[in-house]
Amino acid sequence: MTAQVTTPYRPPREEARDGFAQLLRAEWTKFRTVRGWVIGMVVAALVTVGLGLLIAGGGSSTCQNSPTSPVLSGAACLPPVPVGPGGQAVTDQFYFVRQPLAGNGSITVRVPALTGLYANGATAVGSPMTRGLQPWSKAGVIIQASTRPGSAYGAMMVTGRRGVRMQDDYTHDTAGLPGAVSAASPRWLRLTRSGDTLTGYDSADGTHWTRVGTVRLAGLPSTVQAGLFATSPAHSTVISKSFGGGSTSGGPSLDTAVFDHVSLSGTSPGAAWTGDAVGGQATGGAASSGAGSGAGSGAAEGFHQADGRFTVTGSGDIAPLVFDPAGSGFPTSTIERGLQGAFAGLIAVVVVAVMFITAEYRRGMIRTTLAASPRRGRVLAAKAIVAGAVTFAAGLAAALVTVPLAQRLDRAKGSYVLPVTSLTEIRVIVGTAAVLAVAAVLAVAIGTVLRRSAGAVTAVIVVIVLPYILGIASVLPVGAENWLLRVTPAAAFAVQQSLPAYPQVNAGYTPTAGYFPLAPWAGFAVLCAWAALALALATVLLRRRDA
Amino acid sequence: MSQAPPAQRASLLGERPADPDGPQNALQAGWTSLREALHAEWTKLRTLPGTIWLLAGIIAATVAVSSAATAAMSCPSRGCSVDPAKLSLTGIDLSQAVVAILAVAAISSEYSTGMIRSTLTAMPRRTTMLAAKAAVVTGLVLAAGTIAVLGSLLAGRLFLSSHGFTPAHGYPSLSLGDGPVLRAAAGSVLYLALIALLSLGIATIIRDSGAAIGTVLGLLYLSPIIAAVVRSPHWHNDIERYAPMSAGLAIQATTGLRSLPISPWAGLGVLAAWAAAAVLGGGLLLRLRDA
Repeated sequence: MTAQVTTPYRPPREEARDGFAQLLRAEWTKFRTVRGWVIGMVVAALVTVGLGLLIAGGGSSTCQNSPTSPVLSGAACLPPVPVGPGGQAVTDQFYFVRQPLAGNGSITVRVPALTGLYANGATAVGSPMTRGLQPWSKAGVIIQASTRPGSAYGAMMVTGRRGVRMQDDYTHDTAGLPGAVSAASPRWLRLTRSGDTLTGYDSADGTHWTRVGTVRLAGLPSTVQAGLFATSPAHSTVISKSFGGGSTSGGPSLDTAVFDHVSLSGTSPGAAWTGDAVGGQATGGAASSGAGSGAGSGAAEGFHQADGRFTVTGSGDIAPLVFDPAGSGFPTSTIERGLQGAFAGLIAVVVVAVMFITAEYRRGMIRTTLAASPRRGRVLAAKAIVAGAVTFAAGLAAALVTVPLAQRLDRAKGSYVLPVTSLTEIRVIVGTAAVLAVAAVLAVAIGTVLRRSAGAVTAVIVVIVLPYILGIASVLPVGAENWLLRVTPAAAFAVQQSLPAYPQVNAGYTPTAGYFPLAPWAGFAVLCAWAALALALATVLLRRRDA
Repeated sequence: MSQAPPAQRASLLGERPADPDGPQNALQAGWTSLREALHAEWTKLRTLPGTIWLLAGIIAATVAVSSAATAAMSCPSRGCSVDPAKLSLTGIDLSQAVVAILAVAAISSEYSTGMIRSTLTAMPRRTTMLAAKAAVVTGLVLAAGTIAVLGSLLAGRLFLSSHGFTPAHGYPSLSLGDGPVLRAAAGSVLYLALIALLSLGIATIIRDSGAAIGTVLGLLYLSPIIAAVVRSPHWHNDIERYAPMSAGLAIQATTGLRSLPISPWAGLGVLAAWAAAAVLGGGLLLRLRDA
């Protein structure tokens, strides 16, 4: 792109005046002096904020604690949600048969049976529950910093359909022995505490032990609670509807585990086992009516101890709280919900960025531009940089205003905004601005290729927005939706996803619920690749064609 | 178009003195001028190199996306809860954007090149000009839309029956003899025509092609995104009921009609109201403003 194109007549000194900085300045001057474009950018920022606040502020949720109490609305409905050691909202609800454990020690049990019951949405209240375990019904041994919901823990457990697992601090999950528990194939579980470190072992026979995992729980107090637990998350079945997404039907569930060969070694201040329903009903959702419905079938949370055998029945979950619009018991929201207004901003940005180049063709200005700066690739680069930078600034301003305001509105309207780390929040805000900026670069490139506003604007909007609409509309099978959000520029909106999908929590992780198939920055990279491809094509065509 | 002035000049000269002769002649003159306006608009649109490609694009986009959607769907057993007619017409989601380009370009290109001044000099009755443009664009979209919809249904019929959508699973093969399927097919063609009118009206109001197409696509594509995230079911239903795209596409539904937020024909009526408002607004501004 260098030697052949530049005119050899120019003395080298002139080269400096033809520098890239001058070119950038020229393009920036062009941009800022066209009033319509500046207005367009301001409109893009304003509609992003305005639509975001409209989404967050629209519709307040109402609730009623009991049939006789007054109906509450808005922020008064927000339940207390425990927050785990990692800063994420968690569900910490289980039946705990415990003893305090001072200093180092270990707990070993044998689990010969795990059974469950669940209610379905279609089941009438009071009628017997159906027999069966949930995939993530859990029971086993646990060492927890305290009985306060959300405190640090490590646990070895048998599960309904996922074999033996070691889990800690709500988000971590390691697989142990596979297979279901029965009297014929019981599972032995052991959890050892040494300082801050918990080590989990499993065994099929009680003699040959395998280490499943070791975790460090920073700041574990010297006296912890150790014991047996049982818990079972709500049963849910996804019913797909023709349009407008699937709906879930489900109900609370209970599981009952039998423990024998229970041995607790170490310094135990109290020698008696006490039973607690940790978390109570405060975390709502999952099993708030577990005990009530269970009463009809003669089962309820609690424990029973006889001849060294413990029978523990629990309901709930020890897991991160995920965003599941269909399955949650109380309205939850994510920090990126208000940023859906960015789609409106995107359309305005694309219109301005396309015109930034097509207006040159329409007015014949492109001939002046290229006469003044004959290196065409550099002209395009300067245009792309100016369009991208201006858009980034506008998008960043809009996102910075929208995210905190939408969260406040969401809370005021009675939605629990699932907390994320500041780093994630920054990624969502900066990522949204970056998506808009790269979309603007793509628009400049497509505008150069097509040279007509209407076609170019439509092409860019259709390749970014339409796959997203088809991806979230639940019209296509989930496989096709995920595929669309993996390869099309719409993949970039993954950068707005603030909460990860946890395999150890059963929920509808569909694009409709805001879960993208690609990791945040990977999705953004897909858009960047499309923009780079379009830019390369535009450079080739701009060089080859007459202006 | 400027190559065919004799006929127009004749009409211009002929219609002015005709007016005072009485309402009968005025009406006749009006018809004559509309016919000539139609002819002029037809010539303009026909001779633009982009038109034929856009019409081909409407057909290709509809059939391609519809085929991909039906090819991706399968029904292994009874009770798939898929609306085969709606699925076979998924491509309309994309081709409406091509229709919008065609309709916006029909008027905006005149403004960007200054052609509008020649057009209005030759045809001083501005609303007649707009009506003629609307008629020609709508006619072309109806023709292309019919081919596109028939092609999509044919593709859907072939793909769906080989993907388990068989009578044994509760899905008779798609046929226009079936009332709801015919309604979905004819309604989809009308939907595209109404999108063309909506786009033409908006482009007449905004005049700049880029801004006009951005407005049209924003109006169409933002509603499903907003409807997916609003909290209140009341708002959700209102958006589905009154936004042009979601209301208009209710015409494609053949199953689960009772759970729709708006009935098929009423939905198309909502879109027709949007289109009428846009065209009337455009016509009014065209009369009031300098070109």
